[in-house]
Amino acid sequence: MDGDWLAAHLSAARPPALAALTRYFRDLDLAEEAFQEACLRALKNWPEKGMPDDPTAWLIFVGRNFGLDRTRRRQRREALTAEDRIEPAADVEERWVESLQNRELHDDVLRLLFICCHPELPPEHQIALALRVVAGLSVDEIASAFLVGKRTMEQRITRAKRRIAAHRVPFVPPTAEERQERLRAVSTMIYLLFNEGYSASGGESQVRTTLCDEAIRLARWLLRLFPGEGEVMGLLALCLLQHARTPARLDERGDIILLEDQDRDLWDQRRVAEGSVLVEKALRKGSPGPLQVQAAIAAVHSRSPSAADTDWREIDRLYAVLEQLQPSPVVTLNRAVAVEKTRGADAALESVETLAVELDDYFYFHGVCGALLAKLERVREARDAFERAVVLARTPAEAAHVRAQLEGLRRRDEPAS
Amino acid sequence: MLYSILIYDSEAVVDALSEEENTARIRRHVALQETLSREQRLGPVARLMATTSAVTLRPAAAGKKVVLDGPFAETKEQLVGFYVLECESLEQAIAAAEALPLDSGSLEIRPVTWFRPGG
Repeated sequence: MDGDWLAAHLSAARPPALAALTRYFRDLDLAEEAFQEACLRALKNWPEKGMPDDPTAWLIFVGRNFGLDRTRRRQRREALTAEDRIEPAADVEERWVESLQNRELHDDVLRLLFICCHPELPPEHQIALALRVVAGLSVDEIASAFLVGKRTMEQRITRAKRRIAAHRVPFVPPTAEERQERLRAVSTMIYLLFNEGYSASGGESQVRTTLCDEAIRLARWLLRLFPGEGEVMGLLALCLLQHARTPARLDERGDIILLEDQDRDLWDQRRVAEGSVLVEKALRKGSPGPLQVQAAIAAVHSRSPSAADTDWREIDRLYAVLEQLQPSPVVTLNRAVAVEKTRGADAALESVETLAVELDDYFYFHGVCGALLAKLERVREARDAFERAVVLARTPAEAAHVRAQLEGLRRRDEPAS
Repeated sequence: MLYSILIYDSEAVVDALSEEENTARIRRHVALQETLSREQRLGPVARLMATTSAVTLRPAAAGKKVVLDGPFAETKEQLVGFYVLECESLEQAIAAAEALPLDSGSLEIRPVTWFRPGG
């Protein structure tokens, strides 16, 4: 057994063990400290004595002993007497194993994720906290994934923790509605985490795929705990189907390659297959949600052998469902591409014109308008839209992409003038 | 006689493996497959998708069936893949399994009683 394997075991045990310890101590910091200590002892013990039958239960025991010892010493009492100690004996261990498999622990892990989604925390703080607390990434790793300094990230996480400590999420088992609400908040946070990594490009993309991988790992956790939840299937499917395109998304200079221009042979077919299965599984449950529908749209692209074969009618239909489930100007904007393909650029432009005020600061809005206007030969307006988009671009690759389109317009313009 | 090797592992652990460890594991699988193939003893080999992609059919009342999400039972370790191979003895089957990575989980060797290669 080598270090890598140990690390994988500790990392796999983290969400349930930390969730159980948090329930036990009602204190996230103490739980984290106890888990950390248990991991140190595991690194010392396991290579010598072999792996325990249930590594998660072992870590919970040892963490619990450490935490108890710590609180009692803090209370200026004597250290634990021998009989006070809970030994990870086989029978006790079995009881724990049982409790690990029950519904309560599933809700505990969900709870741990949910406290990271405190509504007063800005989304980027929520995801930093979830990476630290649940995924167990080091502050260094998180800082480099977010392209900020270690100190900045350290402060961000400390502040976020203080905020959530003040706001207590009860430990009683959630009602069915509460559980749904938690699942929704957590799924949204995990998808934001995925997008944080996915929207990066160029030189940054190397580090930031970590965020995509961690998001997928967390989505897998959530779905293992709640295997019948259609929206969680949708979440994992959506991440997998989009991440499948990663090898085809950027050219050698780090510029974005649009979906229609991507070399589909480069798409990761294992991710496509798993994502597609999950979409199918989710949709046959008959309770569509926004993540499932977005995943279904991604799946339509994934099964088209080429951009020209895309079933735009199906995509337009799915967008109509999405607009109903989750009305938002961004959804209407995204639908415009499907509208253009099925009903023409005129109809598409008309569908987005009402969004001009709401989306005035949104890069994609001006990019889409520019492209539609260019198709309609309204060159001057197209140029204005693209120029606005360049200003709003969030990454060098986005800006480069729009500049290329501006260049195309200029070339089209010149012979005429 | 045909034997199967059923590979059980914790999906959470497999999921947390580093890229290098994963590559090292796959290398051992490929090595075994090449050896068995050379000796013309290799049958079908499969790596299964995560159990979250599974559904399970169960009998329900009145002769009906229900389709449930996920694997049959929630266990610490899941069936993640299998080999079918030709072996002269149990010893030989164990020797083959020993060539596979086993730092966690288990490898169950189960003789095959009936087999149809498909086609």
